[in-house]
Amino acid sequence: MKLLASRGQMLAFKTLLHLACGLPLLWLFAAVDQGALGGDPVQYIIHFLGMGTLNTLGATLLLSPLARQFKLGALLQVRRLLGLWCFAYGALHVAAFIAFDLLFDWMLLATEVVKRPYIVVGFIALVVLTALALTSPKAVQRRMGRRWQSLHRWVYLVAVLGPVHFWWSVKSGNLEPVIYLLAGIGLLLWRPWVRQRLTKGKPAAKAARKAL
Amino acid sequence: LQHTKNTQYDALYTGTLTPEDKVISHNNFYEFGTAKTDPKRNAQEFKVNPWELVIDGEVDNPIKLDYDQLFKIAPLEERIYNFRCVEAWSMVIPWLGITLADLIKAAKPNSRAKYVAFETLYDPKQMPGQASRFMGGGIDYPYVEGLRIDEAMHPLTFVAVGLYGKTLPPQNGAPIRLVVPWKYGFKSIKSITRIRLVEKQPPTTWNILASNEYGFYANVNPEVDHPRWSQASERRIGEGGILSAKRIPTQMFNGYADEVASLYKGMDLRRNY
Repeated sequence: MKLLASRGQMLAFKTLLHLACGLPLLWLFAAVDQGALGGDPVQYIIHFLGMGTLNTLGATLLLSPLARQFKLGALLQVRRLLGLWCFAYGALHVAAFIAFDLLFDWMLLATEVVKRPYIVVGFIALVVLTALALTSPKAVQRRMGRRWQSLHRWVYLVAVLGPVHFWWSVKSGNLEPVIYLLAGIGLLLWRPWVRQRLTKGKPAAKAARKAL
Repeated sequence: LQHTKNTQYDALYTGTLTPEDKVISHNNFYEFGTAKTDPKRNAQEFKVNPWELVIDGEVDNPIKLDYDQLFKIAPLEERIYNFRCVEAWSMVIPWLGITLADLIKAAKPNSRAKYVAFETLYDPKQMPGQASRFMGGGIDYPYVEGLRIDEAMHPLTFVAVGLYGKTLPPQNGAPIRLVVPWKYGFKSIKSITRIRLVEKQPPTTWNILASNEYGFYANVNPEVDHPRWSQASERRIGEGGILSAKRIPTQMFNGYADEVASLYKGMDLRRNY
């Protein structure tokens, strides 16, 4: 019997993913409410939501290589689900920054968004994620036709900009952001079309492929 | 701890005291981890007694103080100061301690003493952030800080051994830490084991790590932004939940301009940030 083949299995799998993405948010809310995150959890909340964005993004980008590698085409059916969770985390990340850190000082937000390169980078990433979320309904996808595919390839830009934004935002200790950046690049390179595009036109690479 | 209240500077702090539970549960002390809640979680087993604080260098009378002596150099007083972190959050904290000047004078600095260099305890066995670069934020330990001698001898410059009437909790820099209220918090080095009077400007930890972001002086200045965020205002951590915090305008020299601005006469504070 093939994994995830039946409707029941797919439903269970989707439920599991919703729980995996949603429960951390419930935990965060409870921990803040109980005062378990110290005297001023603002930075913690923002960081937690940012990491959630990167992790769900990573999970989303893992699906298609995994589906190909293990011949599990059904995995692609949860790509939209994870992608929308990624957008949700990203939107909450920004909302927390505006609400808890800037305390709704919109003037400050306006000047910070243009002045600070790492915020500009994060902002671009969020704009892309928003566009992808808005075009995620099946009806929109059908109407957009081939343009949908090219629009949604912009997610690879987010896979690079997200970790760069993380790297740029930390005071010190660059190991974790670097790991995320390498993971993002790794996920890109795991896609045959990316590798093809990178090696296209290079005689040595072509020859190597022919030899294989 | 026995102490008297020094209310001389009370007019200079703004708002109300930050509740004690927030002061002791929101700390930057990378020796115990980089998250704000790490120090409280990881520092409770930290041994502060026995302790040794050495004051040496350009002095006529180098001294070594043990734990008990830290509390006996001069009568302890309580001072309520604004505390402004470079990350643009702030607190109001009642410290217990003495002036740094009283501490340094005990060692009789000589005329070559132009700067004061401070060093935090180096003990990777007790401080997990020193044992692991990952946990310690990639800083080269021990943490070091410095002041110009006139800054060090200024009557506002304080060494704290307690807060809220009690000895310092380990996460706040026990048993003895610096408090320089007109400078960003990272200048106020914690758990000090060595104070050295020197001729040349000493290296300082955050300046070594990112000299374009953190200068030697690190005076609170709303007009000079950190490259990655504005310093014009700050999030005041007071009573209540996270939405009841307030953003207040940051004051020049953190509200202590009348006392300390003269120390920097003729200096370009944009270049000497």
